Amino acid sequence: MAAHLVVRATLPHADPYLLPVAGVLTAVGLTMIYRIDPDLAFRQGLWVVIGVAAFAALLVFLKDYRSLDHVKYILGLVAIGLLALPAVPGLGRTINGASLWVGVGPVVFQPGEFAKVLLVIFLAGYLRDNREVLSMGSGRYGLPSPKHFGPLLVIWGGAMLVLFQTNDLGGGLLYFSVFLAMLWVATARWAYVAVGLGLFAVGAWGLYHVTPHVQERVSIWLDCSWSVSDACPVYDEGYQLAQSIYAIAGGGLFGQGLGEGILISPEGNTYIPFLSTDFIFAAIAQELGLAGVVAIVLVYVVVLYRGFRIAIMADDGFSKLLAVGLTSALAIQAFIIMAGVTGLIPLTGITLPFVSYGGSSIVANFLIVGLLLMVSNRVNRERA
Amino acid sequence: MNAQIRRLFFVLVTLFVAVIGMATWWLWKAPELEARRGNPAVLVKQLTIDRGKIFAADGKTVFARNRTVKKKNLGRTWYLRVYPQHELVAHPVGYSTIERSRTGLEKSLNDYLTGSNANLDTILNNTLDKLKGLTQKGNDVVTTLDFPAQKVAMSQLAGKCGAAVAIEPETGRTLVLASTPSYDPNLVEEHFNQIVRTKATCGNASPLLDRATQGLFVPGSIFKVVTAAAALDSGRYTPSSRFNDPGYCIEYGKRVSNFADQSGPEVFGNVDFTEALEHSINAVFCNIGKALGPLAVLDQAKRFGFYEEPPIELPSEEVAISGLYRKGRPFIPKDPNQVDPGRLAFGQERMLVTPLQMALVAAGIANDGVVMEPTLVDRIISPDGDTILSGQHEEWKTAVKPRTAAELTAMMTAVVEAGTGTAAQIPGVPVAGKTGTAETGVVGKNQTWFIAFAPADNPKVAVAVTLSAQTGTGGTTAAPIAKAIMEAILRRNP
Repeated sequence: MAAHLVVRATLPHADPYLLPVAGVLTAVGLTMIYRIDPDLAFRQGLWVVIGVAAFAALLVFLKDYRSLDHVKYILGLVAIGLLALPAVPGLGRTINGASLWVGVGPVVFQPGEFAKVLLVIFLAGYLRDNREVLSMGSGRYGLPSPKHFGPLLVIWGGAMLVLFQTNDLGGGLLYFSVFLAMLWVATARWAYVAVGLGLFAVGAWGLYHVTPHVQERVSIWLDCSWSVSDACPVYDEGYQLAQSIYAIAGGGLFGQGLGEGILISPEGNTYIPFLSTDFIFAAIAQELGLAGVVAIVLVYVVVLYRGFRIAIMADDGFSKLLAVGLTSALAIQAFIIMAGVTGLIPLTGITLPFVSYGGSSIVANFLIVGLLLMVSNRVNRERA
Repeated sequence: MNAQIRRLFFVLVTLFVAVIGMATWWLWKAPELEARRGNPAVLVKQLTIDRGKIFAADGKTVFARNRTVKKKNLGRTWYLRVYPQHELVAHPVGYSTIERSRTGLEKSLNDYLTGSNANLDTILNNTLDKLKGLTQKGNDVVTTLDFPAQKVAMSQLAGKCGAAVAIEPETGRTLVLASTPSYDPNLVEEHFNQIVRTKATCGNASPLLDRATQGLFVPGSIFKVVTAAAALDSGRYTPSSRFNDPGYCIEYGKRVSNFADQSGPEVFGNVDFTEALEHSINAVFCNIGKALGPLAVLDQAKRFGFYEEPPIELPSEEVAISGLYRKGRPFIPKDPNQVDPGRLAFGQERMLVTPLQMALVAAGIANDGVVMEPTLVDRIISPDGDTILSGQHEEWKTAVKPRTAAELTAMMTAVVEAGTGTAAQIPGVPVAGKTGTAETGVVGKNQTWFIAFAPADNPKVAVAVTLSAQTGTGGTTAAPIAKAIMEAILRRNP
């Protein structure tokens, strides 16, 4: 409500669907988290308040989002700095094998969530400036010259390096996909997609052979999901995925009913670890069934549709790319974790936007909605 | 750029559709997944049922009940098992847990205890309860186990590796099923390691093994009762048949000497059949075995229920078959030359028996030669208080003619009056019994036995007691325990 009033006051021409849809997802998330752990839901509620405050502040203080374009290099560097923060001794906190958190006193946050937003802004600005050059390909073999491609690769390479350093595979996959999507939209060249996918394949192959962590994830995925064989280590490494699949299958068409699902053991542990963060989609499937799954997915499709509609209607390159990038980031992130917990792709830990428990995630995603609304406000005002 | 944005939209929507497809695929596979390892769904369903209680024969002493766990985020009330008697009836009652499934009556009567037994009335009630949002309630089970006698048996066996079984000969009601070392079923869920670490005097403690129904032991001389039954029933021998005991018997051209568990001289000379059983003379039984042939002795054993699982209400895997064993499996010889008849006759020769089976032998003789089906369930009571099932007393085997049974009773009474089993005498009550000491060749490693029934003239109880790793004989170690158990039961049913 508060967020809505701020939007009406500052962005009268903004897209009327996005914010309510984000609200719906947040509400579903809060309900599920409350059912799993009421204390956690209270904290999530606080984060939503902070997220909405940040959202309001963004709308009130950032008069014209296009000014972000001027500071894109700074933002790109800040993004890498943020990503590298968890690796700083004394600041970084490692939770569940991934060093994604930064702790200052009692406050712990995930800088990667904010870096995501900043990187998309940087990419939008950079790709707009170099769009023509990149899509024509001035160098040999029709490839763009290093002069134009260089900075992109530097910032990008840095980001990816940091991600793999911190073991954040989900994040790596997300940024890579968003990068490819934006590059393709900006240049319309399949070659980039092909090269990108090729690089991804090489990178994945290399990672598979270098890190036991990745090998484990892939073999669990093959044994537990792809073939559902007895080789699945249901009591060890495959526990999460197996329990997640059991929960989804047990949900049936309409689920066990809210609060009626088999999620928590009498000792008070959740059957699926990280139920309220990474695996909240499995909890929804258990209690609301396939109907709930379809509903959640459809809501993300609405986000995708409204976000891309803003991009199509925008008349300048930066706005278009910004809207596409931010929307894809939300959609791809949702896909990676939903596909992960259902066993469609190997599991990588990442939050389900707006739904999962996680302060940084909630705040960052509200900022994304804020930026999207600002773009749409400008677009619609000019049309009006 | 707009064309690319539209295409990208369709790519991403396709990915989302794939997620829905995957979720649908799991729904399709749900029945298969439900049976898979580690799936909490099936167990949890059972744990939200108000499982029925399990009682002793008195209908008051509780062997198993529930504690409820109610937490906001659990979604429903959970019923977890509590076993107030701890080690006392761990084997027959068993356990029902989340982590380690179920054993004992908790397993075999699970359908009744959870109220999911296929009975039109209960199905109707359960459906109504579900519609009303009420908890499904299970049926209560009243066992035949005699609480005071079970306590006597367990305290007598404490610190030893052994088992005791007591049966009511006329009905087959199992009054005592004791096995030591035992375990506390309350520890199974969360402290299973404590059970695994149990130490015992006999080497391998195996506290989870129900020695009474699953334990297979060499019977030794108690098997002479079966041989004697075959001999008398054949009509070729009477209790007063005369034998000469030179102290050994010749088999395959070699001497097989008498054993030491005899309260008398090594060489008895001229004796009758009664005296041969009274003093457990191997040489005599060896010669009877040779005369009857091994197949006739085994046939008699089958008529007592050997080579079959006794039809008690325990899970099949917790009840072992008695008989000759070869390579870990029961074995029925086709050719008499496959078996040593003399050693078989006095209970060696790869013969392995359960205490339950030997109690059934004693009970069969006590019940005029008819072995009743052993039962462990007295009645099952629905949540409304109706008795939906009460134990039927059915004949299982006709082992010997009534006349043979009477002759065996007299001979076994002589064993307790003046033979190897005097330690089982109960003042004022005639007791019929037979000792057994299966020597393993290692000092302190005897398997000792005593089977008995009392009162001999009007039997109310038949028992079998066995102990592992003993230095003494059946008469000195097992007979006093059998006596204590019989006394405990007779005191209540004079």
